[in-house]
Amino acid sequence: MSNFKSYEECYKDFNWQQSEAELEYGKNGMFNIGYFCCDRICELGKGNKVGLIWEGFSGEIKTYTYNDIRIYSNTIAQFLKDTGLYVGDRICLFLDKVPELYIGFIGILKMGGIAQPLFSAFGEEALFTRLDDAKTSAIVTSKKHLGKVRRIKNKLPQLTKIIVVDADEVASPQVNEIHFSMEKAKKVENFEIVKSGPEVPSVIHYTSGTTGKPKGAQHAHSSIVAQYITTKWVLDLHEDDIYWCTADPGWVTGTSYGIIGPWANGVTQVVSDAGFGTEKWYAFIQKHKVTVWYSAPTAIRLLMREGMNAVEKYDLSSLRHLASVGEPLNAEAVIWSEKAFGKAFLDTYWQTETGAMVITNFPGMKIKPGSMGKPFPGIIATVLNPKNYKPISRTGTVGLIALKPGWPSMMRSYWNNPRTYEGKFKNGWYICGDRASIDGDGYFWFVGRDDDVINTAGHLVGPFEIESALLEHKAVAESAAVGKPDPINMEVVKAFVALKPGFVPSDDLELDIVNFIRKRLSPLAMPQEIEFVPSLPKTRSGKIMRRLLRAKEWGEEIGDTSTLEND
Amino acid sequence: MAEEMKKLIIDYVKREYLEEDSGVEVTENTKLISSGIVDSFSMVSLKMFLEKKFSIKIPDEKATPEAFDSVDNIIALIKEYVKV
Repeated sequence: MSNFKSYEECYKDFNWQQSEAELEYGKNGMFNIGYFCCDRICELGKGNKVGLIWEGFSGEIKTYTYNDIRIYSNTIAQFLKDTGLYVGDRICLFLDKVPELYIGFIGILKMGGIAQPLFSAFGEEALFTRLDDAKTSAIVTSKKHLGKVRRIKNKLPQLTKIIVVDADEVASPQVNEIHFSMEKAKKVENFEIVKSGPEVPSVIHYTSGTTGKPKGAQHAHSSIVAQYITTKWVLDLHEDDIYWCTADPGWVTGTSYGIIGPWANGVTQVVSDAGFGTEKWYAFIQKHKVTVWYSAPTAIRLLMREGMNAVEKYDLSSLRHLASVGEPLNAEAVIWSEKAFGKAFLDTYWQTETGAMVITNFPGMKIKPGSMGKPFPGIIATVLNPKNYKPISRTGTVGLIALKPGWPSMMRSYWNNPRTYEGKFKNGWYICGDRASIDGDGYFWFVGRDDDVINTAGHLVGPFEIESALLEHKAVAESAAVGKPDPINMEVVKAFVALKPGFVPSDDLELDIVNFIRKRLSPLAMPQEIEFVPSLPKTRSGKIMRRLLRAKEWGEEIGDTSTLEND
Repeated sequence: MAEEMKKLIIDYVKREYLEEDSGVEVTENTKLISSGIVDSFSMVSLKMFLEKKFSIKIPDEKATPEAFDSVDNIIALIKEYVKV
């Protein structure tokens, strides 16, 4: 039996205080997420329950009980404090999916720091931009990624602590580098968790926009109120579940539903640091008897491409409930998952800025394959007319997805960028930046982005950041980056490049530019195709007409270009 | 030819995916994807390199993490498409 009753009943009667009451949020003045993710679970008598089973590349396994998580996060919190870090300091986690990432996140919150997880495949330019914007004081990393940090640290005067978690392997630490081994450090049984108020900043996750640098969506500790209940109801976690969230905590899904949600619910979660592989993933599910699986459409489509033969080689009968996030889940994938696993992946819609699911399918609710589902109880969602920002009442009409502000996990601002934050609101609505329609039954149907941001494999990539990096390549005179359709990733990056005099298009040059972006920004931002052009179409004011190039890739009518020329 | 291919691919992997001072040795049997040397997102750039260097087109469904997991596996894959 699922945790979620009827949609209509829950939606009508729900208020966020119900979630607060279940969590005992604020009892004894405690609002800190770190406490609710382990100490509270131990106080409930589940200290010996396994909270994390981690499996590495070579198949090594580490298991942590909730009491282990409590003690190790205390140990990290104490260490950070002892190094001179203070409440409110931004502390970056730049690690692969190792236990120190998950437990370190809790440790940072416990000592009052603001956790800033960043995707470990980020290149040095992407890393620099985000550390510089947040004025990050410390970075927790590993030897594998230390080279990138070393190359930029001199440009980051505020970054005074570089903490290396696989310390024994670092032969000669440089200035500001500190060795720390979570498992070898003296264990801290008791740590006084900072009694952060519910509105105190907890996490900054960077996300991309069409223009400008990436923006740091800043969340508060009370986000847990939404993350806890959405996990319980939508992911339907039960006491004896084995839960697998495939997302990396460098992105918001990996923290909201890869750390906070499952641990606040006191369930056992499994983590694989071995990357994607169809049979590898099925073997992982079989080995750990995964019951609830939260993944992404790109991965599901890759599994689908491998077909039923791979599915049939493994015993996947443990799977009880499946959900998906990151980009719209196409109807074919929903139907295939029913055939392959005996149940459909439920699509969930939310963003870095919303902090938790806002429009979603629910266990037990009728699924319309390809639909985003309905607003989570406590969320008022609609689509707005893009001209006057008023709700559209006619069903089936495409508009801007908008939410009434005020849910607990909503971002509180963009770090260092309040003006852009304020620009996200129109007529009292938060504008998500996506377009959708609503059908007669209240289901939302995703149509696309309302801007030039590229959604590749569920990750948002800003064209401006790519174009800026392209211009740093010695051969590039001007460039435009757009999303082009892709059957697996939904979109991939395509770059149009005009070369400087003296350079001619070639395979080697294309590869060089591709790898330049991969290493400076990330593999996600890397163009999968470069089209060399003599020049780029521009408006009369000299702005590159990116929309025209994008429309060409999507086979869309661009219509009257004279308006674009005057942009 | 296999030796030439091997050297070309190993040199590329070392140059593009490893830090200069990583100290990681790459041989024809070294696990590339499942050891994290090449992350699954970066596999695309390795595929582009192979396609351009050997003038072949590797179908997306053949470009699996398993097929790219070692230089030996990659050479076996390339041989399916290279005209000799």
